[in-house]
Amino acid sequence: MTDKFLLSRRDLLKTSAAGAALGLASAAFPIRAARAAAATVGFIYVGPKDDYGYNQAHAEGAAALKGIEGISIVEEENVPETVDVQKTMESMINLDGASLIFPTSFGYFDPHMLAMCAKFPDVQFRHCGGMWNKDKHPMNAGSYFGYIGMGQYLNGVVAGHTTKSKKLGFVAAKPIPQVLLNINSFLLGARSVDPAITCQVIFTGEWSLAVKEAEATNALVDQGADVITCHVDSPKVVVETAAGRGAFVCGYHANQSPLAPEKYLTGAEWNWAKVYKMFVDDLVAGKPLPNFTRGGLADGFVKMSPLGPAVGEAARKQFDATLAEMMKGGFSVIKGPLKSNKGTIVATEGQAFVETAIELESMDYLVEGVVGSTA
Amino acid sequence: METTDIGLWGVPLAMLGGAIRVSTPFIFVSLGEAITERSGRINLGLEGTLVFGAMSAYAVAVMTGSPWLGLLAAAVAGLCFGLFHGWICKFPKVNDIAIGIALMLFGSGLAFFFGKPFIQPSALDLPAIPFGSWSGIPQVQAALNVNVLFLIGAALAVFLWWAFRNTRIGLIVRVVGDSADAARAMGLNPNTVRLLATGVGGALAGIGGAYLSLYYPGSWTERISSGQGLMAVALVIFARWNPLGCFAAALLFGGAGALGPALQSVGVTQGYYLFYAAPYILTLVIMIATSSPSRTLAGAPGELSITK
Repeated sequence: MTDKFLLSRRDLLKTSAAGAALGLASAAFPIRAARAAAATVGFIYVGPKDDYGYNQAHAEGAAALKGIEGISIVEEENVPETVDVQKTMESMINLDGASLIFPTSFGYFDPHMLAMCAKFPDVQFRHCGGMWNKDKHPMNAGSYFGYIGMGQYLNGVVAGHTTKSKKLGFVAAKPIPQVLLNINSFLLGARSVDPAITCQVIFTGEWSLAVKEAEATNALVDQGADVITCHVDSPKVVVETAAGRGAFVCGYHANQSPLAPEKYLTGAEWNWAKVYKMFVDDLVAGKPLPNFTRGGLADGFVKMSPLGPAVGEAARKQFDATLAEMMKGGFSVIKGPLKSNKGTIVATEGQAFVETAIELESMDYLVEGVVGSTA
Repeated sequence: METTDIGLWGVPLAMLGGAIRVSTPFIFVSLGEAITERSGRINLGLEGTLVFGAMSAYAVAVMTGSPWLGLLAAAVAGLCFGLFHGWICKFPKVNDIAIGIALMLFGSGLAFFFGKPFIQPSALDLPAIPFGSWSGIPQVQAALNVNVLFLIGAALAVFLWWAFRNTRIGLIVRVVGDSADAARAMGLNPNTVRLLATGVGGALAGIGGAYLSLYYPGSWTERISSGQGLMAVALVIFARWNPLGCFAAALLFGGAGALGPALQSVGVTQGYYLFYAAPYILTLVIMIATSSPSRTLAGAPGELSITK
């Protein structure tokens, strides 16, 4: 790679012209020139960053970086999972000088982030939820995620004790592996209390569709579901609608208990501040950033909302015991013998997938007891 | 919580409930647009007005504790947006569709800007009337919980249908919409009539927005509308500029939109993307079935820039 530094005359002219232009630009916009930050970190959100949900959880994590010396943050919200996100990344790199970018929505990964990785090999990209694979993807790309399925399992434990109709409801956005794992974990948590419990799932098809989420919640309650949880970007509508119809709710992404203090049982929350600080500490120290980062309850990537007033004594006991078990590590939600709801065997007798099992991240089935289909 | 197993009855019930719950913003926006278009203008900006109405209603309801003041604020904000559109469009060579698109983006952007502090707090909802209290089945009770705005919208549709035919004001709006020259010959000023018609249309769209944030789904988020204002404008053409048609089309859209979740809830889970497309497929089919290559759309105001 030595010939990278042998400039042709033309390149030299081009570069100096660009340099002069840059100099002019910084003279014209002294704010940019005055920025003292050693590194700029970019965050891209698919929705508004105070949505009581997915984006708020990330934005809270980003906000936790603001005190760190030499780090400045650029954020853009409401960026669709289209070529728009490529433009956002380009502008963060070219205009703001971002050297580390977190595109936080699932659909940003392929092809958008990968295209940018190829175009800007000196910039680091870390994607939330994607499947980074060192054989397929460049080294300046990477992914991070938390094992929040464990949290949904705990939600399920409390829901299983609370339900009277033995029917739970799940409002889901899209049938991608993380969502399916959450649905399966929620049901299996409930079935650890009573194996007769079923869970009805409704897919809305989009991450954020307020009216459809409200309709889905109403339809679930109409069919007798009395504990509702969800995996959509902003659980606010689901939580308020379900509580309004008298059903109990388990939260997701962030703590929604202020929205329904009486009906809120518990919730699975992200703790991204921990993850982002970890990346930025590595960046400041000049260490290479990890490409594949995962963590669960024990690592502090995920946390649970405090148990609500409607949670009974038995539920509280099993919740605490299960949580303690998970904190030890090695807990498996998906373990044999287990069938999918189409009758195929997903885990044989004695087979168990611990939270770190990579197979779980390509999940394409719903387990027995879940009423719903992935397509 | 009491529950009764209603099984497959859940689907028609959900469609009925959905038609009542989901249709109200469509009713108000499409009635507002019907008035505007009957006067010869198109206001595509109603999506922005809807979003801004939702935000201002929620914000005022949070600050004053009264959803009715919120509703009023949304109507006033919508009126201002409508009057602004009407005022700009009176200048020669201004394209009302382009202004509408600009106002759509402006309204949404402004709503996002001012709405930031109101995403988190909760506001009191507009009241609903429990028409289902005769029934012992909780699902029926829930489906027949009808918001007052829905009833007002229904009454307004009938009133407008009657007023367009039988009142002086209705005739004035129609003549301005069908022929500006004829209106001028009668001594009417088309610009004033259109200004007021666009203003009233904006106010109604604002009320539609208030329903979204103050009743169903009942909170302010930036994704609250997801294009309902635009769909409602399209519904006006679908309804052939007839207020009763607007009401029916809005009900149809609300009911068809509830089909997808309802079918999944009773276990029909295959192909839900197809069910979600149902309202749009239905619209296409009806549009194709009722169109004709040999004549213009029946009922289209002659002064509209798309039919002129």
